[in-house]
Amino acid sequence: MDALSVKSLTLGYDDSTIIDDISLTIPKGKITILIGSNGCGKSTLLRAMARLLPPKSGSVLLHETEIEKMPTNEVAKNLSILPQSTHAPEGLTVLQLVKQGRYPYQSWIKQWTEEDERAVDAALHATRVYDLAERKVESLSGGQRQRVWIAMTLAQQTDILLLDEPTTFLDMTHQIEILDLLYDLNQLEQRTIVMVLHDLNLACRYADHIIAIKDKKVFEQGKPENIITEELIWKVFGLHCKVTFDPFSGTPLCVPYGKGRKLKGERKND
Amino acid sequence: MLKSNVTKLVGIFIGIILVLLLMWSSVIFGLTKITPQMVIDAFSNFNGSNEHIIIKDVRIPRALIAAAVGANLAIAGTIMQGLTNNPLASPSIFGVNAGASFFVVFGISTLGISSLATLSWFAFAGAALAAVLVYVLGSMGRDGMTPVKLTLAGAAMAALFSSFTQGILTMNERALDQVLFWLAGSVQGRDLQILISVLPYLIVGWIFATFIGKQMNILSMGEDVAKGLGQKTIIVKIFGAIIVVLLAGGSVAIAGPIGFIGIIIPHISRWLVGIDYKWVIPYSGLLGATLLLLADIGARYIIMPAEVPVGVMTALIGAPFFIYIARRGFDR
Repeated sequence: MDALSVKSLTLGYDDSTIIDDISLTIPKGKITILIGSNGCGKSTLLRAMARLLPPKSGSVLLHETEIEKMPTNEVAKNLSILPQSTHAPEGLTVLQLVKQGRYPYQSWIKQWTEEDERAVDAALHATRVYDLAERKVESLSGGQRQRVWIAMTLAQQTDILLLDEPTTFLDMTHQIEILDLLYDLNQLEQRTIVMVLHDLNLACRYADHIIAIKDKKVFEQGKPENIITEELIWKVFGLHCKVTFDPFSGTPLCVPYGKGRKLKGERKND
Repeated sequence: MLKSNVTKLVGIFIGIILVLLLMWSSVIFGLTKITPQMVIDAFSNFNGSNEHIIIKDVRIPRALIAAAVGANLAIAGTIMQGLTNNPLASPSIFGVNAGASFFVVFGISTLGISSLATLSWFAFAGAALAAVLVYVLGSMGRDGMTPVKLTLAGAAMAALFSSFTQGILTMNERALDQVLFWLAGSVQGRDLQILISVLPYLIVGWIFATFIGKQMNILSMGEDVAKGLGQKTIIVKIFGAIIVVLLAGGSVAIAGPIGFIGIIIPHISRWLVGIDYKWVIPYSGLLGATLLLLADIGARYIIMPAEVPVGVMTALIGAPFFIYIARRGFDR
C-alpha cells in the first residue's frame, strides 16, 4: 500500500508554475529522498504533500483520501512536517516545544493525558534530548536544536514524516547524526520518511527511493543504485562527475569534475 | 521571572488586588477631597452633596473606565504583537486607534450622530478598516508579511487617518470643541452609559481572548509548523483580529485614542511570565488596567487644578519605551 501519493499535481505561486502535472507515489515504510538543483521545486512539492501549499490543480492523497478534504488535525495525526527554517519563540524550553507535537490530539474537552505524556517521553528519548528537556531551545547547538524539532514531530506519532532539508546548516558530524536518527526511526518503527536533501552522496546512502526533479517534472525515480548515473547527474544538475562506489556502504558516490589542486600521480593514498 | 504555575497564579491574584486598590485610589484622590467614609455614605446614605455626586457620577465611572480601557488596549496590543510576530505592534502604532477615531469624529461632526451605541459601531468599523488595510499593505509583495513592512504600513495608516480627522476638525469648528479633549485620549468626564453600551462587545472580546492563548502559542512557532500540527491558522488570525477590533475600537469609543499602553504592557507581561500566551494575555489585562489607572491618577496632580489628558501621560511614559524597543530591533 502507498502511504502518500500525488496525482496530476500542479503547483505554483500566482502565475508562475513550479511543479507541472506530476504523479508519483511514496512507498510505505521506506526512506524517500527528493533531489534536484536549487529552485527546482522539490521543497515546494514537499510542502504540498504536507498540505502547507494548496495545489493549483491535481491532488495529494493520504491513504487514498484527498488531503485537502481531510480535517486538518486528522492529517496531523498521520503526517508530520518539519519545515526548512524553524524558529522557536525566545524562552521556549525543549519540553514545551516537544509537547506542542501533541496539539492534534487535544481539544477543549480532552486536555493533557497520560498518553500525551508517554508520547512526549518517547520522542525525547528517541532523539536523545531527554536530558535537555528543561533547557531553552535557543541555548542549544544547531544539531541539538534539529533533534528537538524532530522530537516534536515524533510526538505527533505519525506514520509519515516529511522533512525539508533537515541537515542544512549542520556540520558533517551532526548531519550524519540526524540521518542516522531518521534511519533508525525508519528501521525500528517502520516510519515512512520523505525528505529533501542536498548532499547527493548521503542521499544515495540513506534513501531506499530517490526522486529526481527537473524542469517541473519527475526526471527519474527509483533505487539510488539503479538510477544515479553520470548521465542523470549531468541532466538533472548540469554537473559533470564520476560515479563510483561509496567505500563504506557500496552505494553510488558522485565525485564531481572541476578545478582545484590535483595530487594524482604525485601521491597515492597512504 | 515568575516560573511555576503557582507563582503565576499568585501573581494574578496580586494583580487583581492591585487593580482594585488603584480603582479605590482613583475614587479617593483628586482635586475634590473624598474620604473613604464618604464613598460608603454615597451608596448607603446618599445626601445629594457635591462630594456624593462627584463620587457617583465622576470618580466611579472614571475608575471603571480607566481599568477597562487599560486592560483592553493592553490585550489588543498583546494579540497584535503575537499574531504579527512584531514587537512594535499595537493599536496606536498600527493605526487601529486612528481609524476608529476618524470614524467617530466623522460620525459626530459630519453625520451629526450622537447616539453612543451608533458611535461605538463607527469605532468598530474604523478599527476594522484600519486593521485590514494595514494587514493587506503589510503583506503585499513577494516575500509576504514582514515586521518592517507591517510597521511602515501601520505608521502610514495612523498618519493618514489622523490627517483626515484633523481635516474634518479644521473645516468644522463646532466639532472641534466637542471632540478635542476626547481626541487627546481621556477617561475623565465620560458617562458610565457609554461603557455600559459597549460592554457586551468588550465581554465577547475578553472571552475570545481567554481562549486564544493556547492557539497563539502554537502559531508563534511559525505558520508552517502550526499548519503542520493541524491548526487552522487563518481562523486563529481572524479571531485575533476580531478581538483587536472589539477591544481597541470599544476603547476608542469610550475614551478616545490612548496610545502606548498597547505597546508597553505586552513586553512587561512577557518579561514577567515568559512566552506562554495563556498567561501573557491575563497579565496584560491586569497590567494595562494598572498602568492606565496610575496614569489617570497622576494626570490629576501635574498641573492642578487643571488636568492633563491621560493620553498625554501614557505618551510621556510610552515614547521612551517605544524607542528602546525599536532600537533593540526586530530580531524577535
